Amino acid sequence: MDDKSRRRVRTLRESHVNLSHGSGGKAMRDLIEDVFVAAFDNPQLAAMEDQAVFPFAELALHGDRLAFTTDTFVVDPLFFAGGDIGTLAVAGTVNDLAMSGARPLYLSCAMVLEEGLSIEVLRRVVASMQRTAQLAGVTIVTGDTKVVERGAADKLFINTAGVGVVPAGVSISAANARVGDAVIINGTLGDHGTAILIARNQLGVSCDVASDCQPLAGLVAAMLAACPDIHCLRDATRGGVATVLNEFAESSNVAIRIDEDALPLREEVRGACEILGLDPLYLANEGKLIAIVPGEHASAVLAAMRAHPAGECAAIIGEVCAAPAGTVVLNTCFGGQRIVDMLVGEQLPRIC
Amino acid sequence: MKYVDEFRDPGKALALSREIHALTATIARAKRQPLQIMEVCGGHTHSIFRYGVTQFLPDEIEFVHGPGCPVCVLPMGRVDDCVALAERPEVIFTTFGDAMRVPGSKKSLLKAKADGADVRMVYSPLDALALARQNPEREVIFFGLGFETTMPSTAMTVLQADAQNVSNFSLFCNHITIIPTIKAILDEPDLRLDGFLGPGHVSMVIGSAAYDFIARDYGKPITIAGFEPLDVLQSVWMVVKQIAEGRAQVENQYARVVPRDGNKVALAAVAEVFELREFFEWRGLGSIAHSGVRVRERYAAFDAERKFALPNLRIADPQSCQCGEVLKGQLKPQQCKIFGTACTPQTPLGALMVSTEGACAAFYNYGRIDTSGLSASKATKEDQHGR
Repeated sequence: MDDKSRRRVRTLRESHVNLSHGSGGKAMRDLIEDVFVAAFDNPQLAAMEDQAVFPFAELALHGDRLAFTTDTFVVDPLFFAGGDIGTLAVAGTVNDLAMSGARPLYLSCAMVLEEGLSIEVLRRVVASMQRTAQLAGVTIVTGDTKVVERGAADKLFINTAGVGVVPAGVSISAANARVGDAVIINGTLGDHGTAILIARNQLGVSCDVASDCQPLAGLVAAMLAACPDIHCLRDATRGGVATVLNEFAESSNVAIRIDEDALPLREEVRGACEILGLDPLYLANEGKLIAIVPGEHASAVLAAMRAHPAGECAAIIGEVCAAPAGTVVLNTCFGGQRIVDMLVGEQLPRIC
Repeated sequence: MKYVDEFRDPGKALALSREIHALTATIARAKRQPLQIMEVCGGHTHSIFRYGVTQFLPDEIEFVHGPGCPVCVLPMGRVDDCVALAERPEVIFTTFGDAMRVPGSKKSLLKAKADGADVRMVYSPLDALALARQNPEREVIFFGLGFETTMPSTAMTVLQADAQNVSNFSLFCNHITIIPTIKAILDEPDLRLDGFLGPGHVSMVIGSAAYDFIARDYGKPITIAGFEPLDVLQSVWMVVKQIAEGRAQVENQYARVVPRDGNKVALAAVAEVFELREFFEWRGLGSIAHSGVRVRERYAAFDAERKFALPNLRIADPQSCQCGEVLKGQLKPQQCKIFGTACTPQTPLGALMVSTEGACAAFYNYGRIDTSGLSASKATKEDQHGR
């Protein structure tokens, strides 16, 4: 918990969220000041205006285009190995901005709280958000709080929107992949998906896989420094690496060939997938990106990634080819080939 | 990873591939049509497509994808019964994950869940029994599905429920048995099969001796196969070798798991709880005598079919659907009229498109690729290294 919150004049006496915390009155103000303003700790938010205002000149220092995105976070359980809904809410939006090459700057934070939620839980989540925001170099400058009746929401939902600035000359798009480009990932696949499966405790197995939840803005900046001409960049969240590769192949009308042997994979994740009949290519990640870069710059980008903490296990996993256009093909570890298609519905464990 | 990587070694695969090519060449001279080998089990179908096993075989060998995917052969009427049970307000309906998407005549269990039914995915029937103990005011029904692989765990769960007097637990039994179905296929007048890959995990329970009749009475070779790609490839080699040498025997490639006499404890539990039904309806194959089991009278208190009135209707498969022909090996998945058009994994009409073990879904997901000119870039690389 943030120590500063204890020093504030306005303090919250209740131990659990109730409907008055969303009423717009004094209780709500106490909650906002004691929990959010105290933790996020910046003058924009502390001004308690209805909006954050920033001068163009300040933005223009970073580039020539604004990037703007939003994402909503609902996860059960709220806390899991390697992160929680707060880390996700900041890292997710930061990463969506970073995938345009933007430097993320400001975030909003809107929360829907279920009546009866423990304030202690809320403080832990908010502290994670602040920690992650600091790591990513962003400030949470505006917010909103709603409380709904018990049962109308599952504990805590978070929406974050973010703005960032794209450096001049950077042009990244899913449609930019070219034949001969290299496909790079910044580390192991499927850690988040596995951590969540384990945390739900339906499997009766335990293992120490932690979520890879992390902001990627710093890594992207390092990659752009090594090669400003990165063609495609996307974080492989829900739907996993397979989905992102299919999006690239389709948008760019190219084939992407990847080598199963080259995919970085933790033994624990591989084991869980073998047991459950799941495919790690489709498991969710929260701190992994796929980059498509010109073949001649691949080793420079890879070296820059490996020098960054968020890319230590980076690997080149495949290449962009001409045919069959719009398709992702996997060279299996066995020496065969197969298609890697978009996932239909959820991955469901197999019967036997 | 130990006990996994050894069975996916591309170098060994190439060596086996060469031997299969050489053996096949000796047979092909005497025989015009390609050799047809049926892999009975859906797990093999999945491995074959997932690892591209066919790419190691000569054109003269064809896989026929058999009926061994329990999710795929489940008739629509039974899915409707599941939905009817699940929609009862007092019921928590529990099922294995991949049965959730199977279409009934009106809806799947996934749709029923979205519409408000309490449908929960479990990993074992024991999870369902635990749910029953935690929710004494609700009726917890387990959707028992599968061949002899899953039958023992369901039987053990019923025995536990009985021993612990859990009166709010019941089983909707749709377990099926493989031998009568293989027999039915062998009795088809237009049968063209040259040999079989026998199911691995079913055989772990029933033992390899159960297949003796295939070799003895029908003169067809069969090799019981494991599920890793090298297992499958080696088993194909064993079947082809039998054909080349004019033998028809039951061979066991999966001896590390499958004993000749099966698992006696598991078989005893199955025999205690279940008895053969006179008939059971299979999707695409029709009614097959003695191919399903039901709960014995002694355990009637745990039988959802006896406890609840079920619609129990026979629903014909959609007319355009050719799952039956594919199941019997008369059509390849992509030769079906509606493959990839009206019937896709997203909107499956036929059962074979539903489960990832279904031949059509496996082919759709992994196989729609021109692999002529293999062996894969990597295989070529390995080859060059070898020289």
